[in-house]
Amino acid sequence: MSRTPLPGFRLALGLTLAYLSVIVLLPLASLVWQASGLGAARFWTVITGDRALAAFRVTILSALAATAINGIVGLALAWALARYEFPGKRLLDALVDVPFALPTAVAGVALTALFSANGWYGAWLAPYGITIAYAPAGIAVAMAFTSLPFVVRSVQPVLEDLTDDVEEAAQTLGAGSARIFTSVVFPAIFPAFLAGLSLAFARSLGEFGAVIFIAGNQPFRTEIAALLVFIRLEEYDYPAAAAIATAMLALAFVMLLVTNAIQLWHLRYTRAS
Amino acid sequence: MTSRPRVGDSAPVRLAILGFAWAAAAFLIGGPLAIIFAEAFKPGVAAYLANLATPDTLHAIQLTVATALIAVPINTAFGIAAAWAVAKFEFRGKGLLIALIELPFSISPIVAGVAYLFVYGMQGWFGPWLQEHGIRVMFAYPAIVLASLFVTAPFVAREILPLMQQQGSHEEEAALTLGASGFRTLWSVTLPNVRWALLYGIVLTNARVMGEFGAVSVVSGNIRGVTNTLPLQIELLYQDYNAAGAFAAATVLAGIALVTIVVKLVIEKLEGKS
Repeated sequence: MSRTPLPGFRLALGLTLAYLSVIVLLPLASLVWQASGLGAARFWTVITGDRALAAFRVTILSALAATAINGIVGLALAWALARYEFPGKRLLDALVDVPFALPTAVAGVALTALFSANGWYGAWLAPYGITIAYAPAGIAVAMAFTSLPFVVRSVQPVLEDLTDDVEEAAQTLGAGSARIFTSVVFPAIFPAFLAGLSLAFARSLGEFGAVIFIAGNQPFRTEIAALLVFIRLEEYDYPAAAAIATAMLALAFVMLLVTNAIQLWHLRYTRAS
Repeated sequence: MTSRPRVGDSAPVRLAILGFAWAAAAFLIGGPLAIIFAEAFKPGVAAYLANLATPDTLHAIQLTVATALIAVPINTAFGIAAAWAVAKFEFRGKGLLIALIELPFSISPIVAGVAYLFVYGMQGWFGPWLQEHGIRVMFAYPAIVLASLFVTAPFVAREILPLMQQQGSHEEEAALTLGASGFRTLWSVTLPNVRWALLYGIVLTNARVMGEFGAVSVVSGNIRGVTNTLPLQIELLYQDYNAAGAFAAATVLAGIALVTIVVKLVIEKLEGKS
């Protein structure tokens, strides 16, 4: 199949595989091996223990809430950036990249300061009885911050590529704006939108730095799974840490498969149209 | 230009979406950025500088820079090798290799940190052997570098790969026909063609190495003034109720993040012109 006479295939592929083996595969294998040392029954007991289950529930529910926030905010941002010309567009576009570039711990302390009772946002929300910091809502806000770019950057290029003739055709056939959005535009961006949501959700499940500052970290209430792994390590309970981390790894693989399936579907979808 | 307005182009809809997008970006992103600098400079510029110049924070900055100096070149070399293999050749299992390159993106940094503990820690595969031979990896500089390598492995490859695939191999073939060696071709043809994407990949890798928190906090041991990188130092100061010190340290990392974004903007402008 290869007709290019370019050199360096063995060297480049060999280096890549050797590096990935040492840096990525070896640690992951050792983690799974360590967890498998527990045996299936004990593994199951650890990851379905009360505190672990509560941590998984908090993590998954917060990640779902964060993903919902990003579904709305991300779609609006992608729409504005792809379809409108306005002053400050470059600035808005650059702001979307901030969560990618800003260290999670920095985001964590900043969000905590904003939402704490005497912070800029917290002081303003307190009279309405809304607490974000040190409450489950804070976890969702922190996760929403770090995963915001995923939805925007997935949907934006697809919206930019949409040509207006399809919309014009719908208009000619008498469809109103709302109808065109629901039956022409939204179906076209839906696979990319879904892929962005699943990336954001996956990222939120594993988030640590931004969350632990704002969460309050009360067991059963605001303790995320990643933190529980960390706590078990500090207690020198290595088998429990290995088991919970392996469960998180399995969840990450499931999300990777889901995202890939959506992207494959998306690819077929765009090729067909 | 279209004769008829597109969906969402009517003035009220446009105003509503733009207003919401700006408000959300200001609330979720602008606010956090602003408060970092506001809190850091609240006690005054002199106090800010004094907060930055504490020995522990200075040491954390040094350790963070030392980590980036090793990790960024290694992951840049890896990214180039991986992109060369994937972009210039057809082989079985290519999809799998791409998935493997991107795998660290999907894994929680905490999981990565724990995984390294089970390789190089005392309860891990190589820990006892390393201990016997007096080699310290865990809770020391080497582990910090290794964890950073894991977390940032995909960035350079991901930035340059799409471009290299799109450009094909014609220019490289021409250079080889003219007698250039493989490395010469890579250096004078391939890399210049993707230079802006490569630069952004390197800058982004640097920002992520310097800012990595979860994985490093597992493997570093958090020893004050010894194995604390800058993000860990921020946590330590914050938990000591030294908010001004924590935010002063945070401005350094926020500054690096802003520089990263400015580099991206400049590159987009340059690419738009060429």
